[in-house]
Amino acid sequence: MIEVGTVLEEKVFYLDRALLKQYADASGDQNPIHQNEEFAVSVGLPNVIAHGMLTMALVGKYVSDFAGGSAHVLEYSARFTKPVIVPAGEKVDLTVSATVAEVTDGKISMNLSATSAGVKVLGMAKAVVRK
Amino acid sequence: MLNPDSVGSTFAGTESITVSQSEIDAFCAVVGETDTTIAPPTFTIRITLTQFEEILTRPEIGLDWSRLVHGDQKFEIFSPIKAGDQLTCAATIESYRVAAGNEIVSVRSDLHKGSELAVSAWSTLVVRA
Repeated sequence: MIEVGTVLEEKVFYLDRALLKQYADASGDQNPIHQNEEFAVSVGLPNVIAHGMLTMALVGKYVSDFAGGSAHVLEYSARFTKPVIVPAGEKVDLTVSATVAEVTDGKISMNLSATSAGVKVLGMAKAVVRK
Repeated sequence: MLNPDSVGSTFAGTESITVSQSEIDAFCAVVGETDTTIAPPTFTIRITLTQFEEILTRPEIGLDWSRLVHGDQKFEIFSPIKAGDQLTCAATIESYRVAAGNEIVSVRSDLHKGSELAVSAWSTLVVRA
């Protein structure tokens, strides 16, 4: 039973440098801060960081799965609060969960939580799906 | 610096874009989506960010794309995107402000399939001081 306050099952995605390269190619965003450690450090970042939109795409998969497919996702928004840091040779987690915020006749609204290494990486993340 | 006179203006994208199945497949593969008949909800960023870059860096608008970070993002999807869809993109600069030397620009893109509005997407872009 989905009602206001229902907490949806947590899912963990894993990111590594290969996935960042794959997303760069799929999205067309080849910014070197997502691939080149030397460059990332030179512009003041701690290491290579994931594209915010990659994080959002993975959380979007969580939303699509809950909704029963991408066709049922009506609205989706997020603020990029902290980067997902992806050191060479490591797989880092993206841990996603959600709480149902509103249920109407045709729609379910949810507040999404996304953390990596225990740090909240998306703020004000919300989705509305078709019921 | 962005030309403040451009706030409120809408700019048409360069041309109509036809979505290919291989583009959708590649995006689905990244997130582990096995149903490739519908594009994932954030797929259109592939189109809109490219269009924003082309529009916002025009000399008369003047945004510095090299120091850009993405602040937030919102999608409203009225009609899911599929392979073969022919999309046109229009971008509207909705707001602009400078805070602590950072330029903060909010841009909306409307993607139409023919006369039908398929996706509206809002991006807040921050040019770091």
